[in-house]
Amino acid sequence: MTQALPSTMLAAVSMGEKFVAMWPEAFLFITTCVVMVLGLSKSLPVRRMCAPLAGVGLIGAGLIAAAMTPDTLCPLPSMAMYGKVLAAGIGLVLVCLLAGTVDRDFESDVERTGWFDVIRSKRAEFWAFFLFSLTGLMLTAGADDLILLFLALELTSLPTYVMVAISTRRDRSMEAGVKYFFLGALGAAMFLYGFAFIYGGTGHTGLQDIQREVRAQVDAGGINELTMLGLVLAVVGICFKIAAVPMHFYTPDVYQGSSASMAGYLAFVPKAAGFFAIMLVVSCAGWGFGESRAELPGMLRDVLWIIAVLTMTVGNVLALLQSSVKRILAYSSIAHSGYMLVGVIAGPGLDGRGGEFTRNGLAAVLFYLLSYGVMTVGAFAVLACLERRSRDGEIEEADHVADIRGLCKTHPVLGWIMVVSVVGLLGLPPLLGFFGKLPLFTSAISAGEIPLVVILAINSAIAAYYYLRLAYLCYIDPPETSPNLAPLRATPFGSRRVAGMLSAIGVVVLAVVGGKLADATVTAGRYIPPAGQTQQPERAADDDAPTPEHVVAPH
Amino acid sequence: MMLLMLIAMPLMGALLIAAAPESRTRAIATIGSLAPVAWFAWLCTRFNWHGGGGGMQFEYAVGWFRPLGVTFTVGVDSVAMLLIGLTVLLGPICVIGSYTAISDRIRTYYGWLLVLQAAMTGVFCARDVILFYIFFEFTLVPMYILINLYGSTNRKAAATKFFLYTFTGSLFTLAGLVYVAYRRAAVSGEWTFGFEELAQTCRMFTASEQAWVFWAMLAGFAVKVPLFPVHTWLPLAHTEAPTAGSVVLAGVLLKLGTYGLYRFVLQFCPVAAIEFAPLLAIICCIGILYAGLICWVQTDVKKLVAYSSVSHLGFCILGLFALNATGLQGSVLYMINHGLSTGALFLMIGMMYERYHTRNMKELSGLAAKMPVWATFMVIFTMASVGLPGTNGFVSEFMCLFGAFQAGGAQWKGLSADGSMPVGGTLGVLGPYIAMVAGTGMIVTAIYLLYMLGRVVWGPLVEPAGHGHGHGGHGSHGHDPTGHKGGLPTDLGRREIALLVPLAALCIGIGLYPSSVLETLREPTRATASLMAETMNRMDAPKSEPAGKPVAGVEGGSESVDEGVTQ
Repeated sequence: MTQALPSTMLAAVSMGEKFVAMWPEAFLFITTCVVMVLGLSKSLPVRRMCAPLAGVGLIGAGLIAAAMTPDTLCPLPSMAMYGKVLAAGIGLVLVCLLAGTVDRDFESDVERTGWFDVIRSKRAEFWAFFLFSLTGLMLTAGADDLILLFLALELTSLPTYVMVAISTRRDRSMEAGVKYFFLGALGAAMFLYGFAFIYGGTGHTGLQDIQREVRAQVDAGGINELTMLGLVLAVVGICFKIAAVPMHFYTPDVYQGSSASMAGYLAFVPKAAGFFAIMLVVSCAGWGFGESRAELPGMLRDVLWIIAVLTMTVGNVLALLQSSVKRILAYSSIAHSGYMLVGVIAGPGLDGRGGEFTRNGLAAVLFYLLSYGVMTVGAFAVLACLERRSRDGEIEEADHVADIRGLCKTHPVLGWIMVVSVVGLLGLPPLLGFFGKLPLFTSAISAGEIPLVVILAINSAIAAYYYLRLAYLCYIDPPETSPNLAPLRATPFGSRRVAGMLSAIGVVVLAVVGGKLADATVTAGRYIPPAGQTQQPERAADDDAPTPEHVVAPH
Repeated sequence: MMLLMLIAMPLMGALLIAAAPESRTRAIATIGSLAPVAWFAWLCTRFNWHGGGGGMQFEYAVGWFRPLGVTFTVGVDSVAMLLIGLTVLLGPICVIGSYTAISDRIRTYYGWLLVLQAAMTGVFCARDVILFYIFFEFTLVPMYILINLYGSTNRKAAATKFFLYTFTGSLFTLAGLVYVAYRRAAVSGEWTFGFEELAQTCRMFTASEQAWVFWAMLAGFAVKVPLFPVHTWLPLAHTEAPTAGSVVLAGVLLKLGTYGLYRFVLQFCPVAAIEFAPLLAIICCIGILYAGLICWVQTDVKKLVAYSSVSHLGFCILGLFALNATGLQGSVLYMINHGLSTGALFLMIGMMYERYHTRNMKELSGLAAKMPVWATFMVIFTMASVGLPGTNGFVSEFMCLFGAFQAGGAQWKGLSADGSMPVGGTLGVLGPYIAMVAGTGMIVTAIYLLYMLGRVVWGPLVEPAGHGHGHGGHGSHGHDPTGHKGGLPTDLGRREIALLVPLAALCIGIGLYPSSVLETLREPTRATASLMAETMNRMDAPKSEPAGKPVAGVEGGSESVDEGVTQ
């Protein structure tokens, strides 16, 4: 209890610093307000400024974030910077992807009638929510307090419920939105419940304070049951955000129900927020347990282990059975969450700080998030670029696997984006997906999680089947013309194509020059063990035999 | 840099094909595949064929994915050099051999064929295990596409099976390699995927650890070879693939597996290799006989040759796991020879198929009467495949069996550690019985191949019903068999003969004067054999000590073993 005092003082002192650390979000928030107003303008050119302005906001926020200093109150002090820049970067691609998602028919009505109905316009809300959600993602990455973390996660999620519901004019979008909302609320309730238990078990909400308190509990004989219950509940609740078993059920339905562009958004933004949150929560307990002194505490590790294995397997196996590209990609998104959880379990490595890319599972997760985001956005961008007018006059996007048959012949650019994206997701060298997966392998092996690596390998092999099928359909199958359906044509939004091309180029180029990014993730994945160890010098070169310091009492 | 050109030339060809109009495709592909031949010929003059102790030549390294310790490092010894030679030789043969067989989507076809060649060359050059893995995996993509787009009826299933089998297996290889790298990093504190460093580390592992790495690596390479229980993808892939695809598959792609076993498994896990050599030998024997018997009952000529590959490579791996200089030399030579003779056989069958649109032995007979030139070559290559004395097949098959025969039981003790040809007792853990069983495989080989030869080449002339002769063959898709387009001559044309002559010359040349090749293999194989001899001696030494730490000697003695190899 004596430790609580200085930390409270520290927190008080750093309140100003905390706001300084939120400059990117503040900038984004201001942009959001402007976007919200501009989107309601009667003049079309002004309304059209929404998306470009959102892009400008993201660029600005990203630049500010890149100049930030590490947050010393967080067990993962440098993740905030990486996370915010990543959010801004992928956010830019998402701006391109989401163009034209709402208000398409409405704008033609406006043109016809010359009357702008403010109530029916959704543009302003959509882009404002988009930016709010990304603000939430940035805040999540930089959270150093449970309350802030909860608020940030909810800020990420709440706008997406609405965005899903309005992403197409179909009823099923509404259904998807409702489904997403109720399950999301359940998930949120669960991790909030968990946070409450953590607070009950440790008496703190600041992550570093909790970390210190957990350490004290360990020294006193073991982690408090309340704390442990809280950690497990929090992790399971956050599983909703990352679409992991047992909270994955909504994923395929929601992805299929929303527009392809929105599905691409869902595949990255909430997942990234979830992983930031999971790493922060788990880092409160830290990776100083087990025989190697580099494991998560027993129960937490077991829970994560089971979740990871189930998530990979369920995602990949169920993806084999789908006939809708969106559902395949949804299940693949589940599977990839499982892969990334392997990195979370592996933790920062035996040195306890995560100084090396090859051993730092957290860096591997952060790098994988980037590569997964790039690849999956590419795949969804292709779907978002293809549409047909169905019989009832509504716009239908490409979804069924038959729709992408022969795509490389009918729409060469889109076809190749799809092929490159899915082959990247497959993890085939020398594309980005391989370099994403390799550090997961190395870190998990370093952490002694050989069974996990074997399961990961088996799952990659299962996944090969459906990714190969998608690539096959695009590249090798001849185009199919169905008499019942109008032929697919490209959407009039060139920027979606740009989003796809950016992704495809990223999949190739980042594999060649990814070394620099990997360095950035090492910095971002640096973990500060609880007090008492932060002062210790860097570990010696030979760390094969774990040093006992990790468990020695701070005093 | 010199090796990079070998990889870059076909790649540049592929890029040019993508950019240039379709009318130029064949010319670019031909140049793109012939240029490496010329470059390789020049490299041969610069290469020290008797270079010392398995050392690498033409080494070149640049950093790549630094945080992971991945580098772009290439280098070759004479084993790799010979296999690269095989690759670049088969390149133009495949390209030129497809002039008439492939008529639609030719840019895709030739482009990927060249990419495939680049990737295969890369596998043999790579000295960084991740780079090796990258090339190894990347060969799947072009092959998958070639089978899928240009294969026969059941091509989709064949291509998928091929891809999934190989991909799955090699993931475990990757896991094994990463594990070794992790152990290396634990010792030296620095991550590297350099081949030598990892091999040294892995040799210091305990026997059980080596066994794990051994099986992990075997998972990938055994599928590729393919060894007996995991060979089922091969006949399918071969039968469905277009001719050039089959040639490359049999000629080079399967060698990636045997090369991997030679280069990785033996160098990384000598203890496990010795421990499991008898098991592997039994698997090989089963493969040799079982696949041989399957060949016997085939009616599809191409399928017969495909299964014969399984049988033949059983000999190759048997020689490899004889673990002595004779067996290793024979095994590496077998890789080359199998590539030449089986590759040529697939080419022959492709030429026949182009003319008759069938490969069914029931519909074809006595073709010697119609196509004497074709028949002559067919006999030469079949004989080479059977292993008739005077052809290349005989030398390597004999050496593999002889190596296994010599590798008798416990007699390795007291051998010269340089692995030189033993005089009295010898080296290895197999023995005469294994060699005897495998030897019966030679008889089976002779039976099915001669049966095939007797049926297709000799005997009364039978041609497919309603299919007169000399019809234009064009495209193996089988559609519109009467459409005459670029009609093929009745017998082989000059282009086809030009393709077969170098292969036939090599088959007979190596058969008559094998020491030309064997000499160049002496150094690297001897180094490997001496590593094995050292390891066996050390494994043997502590046997008198109480059980429980049977490999202590290996760990302690690994320094001297390393010196034996890297000097």
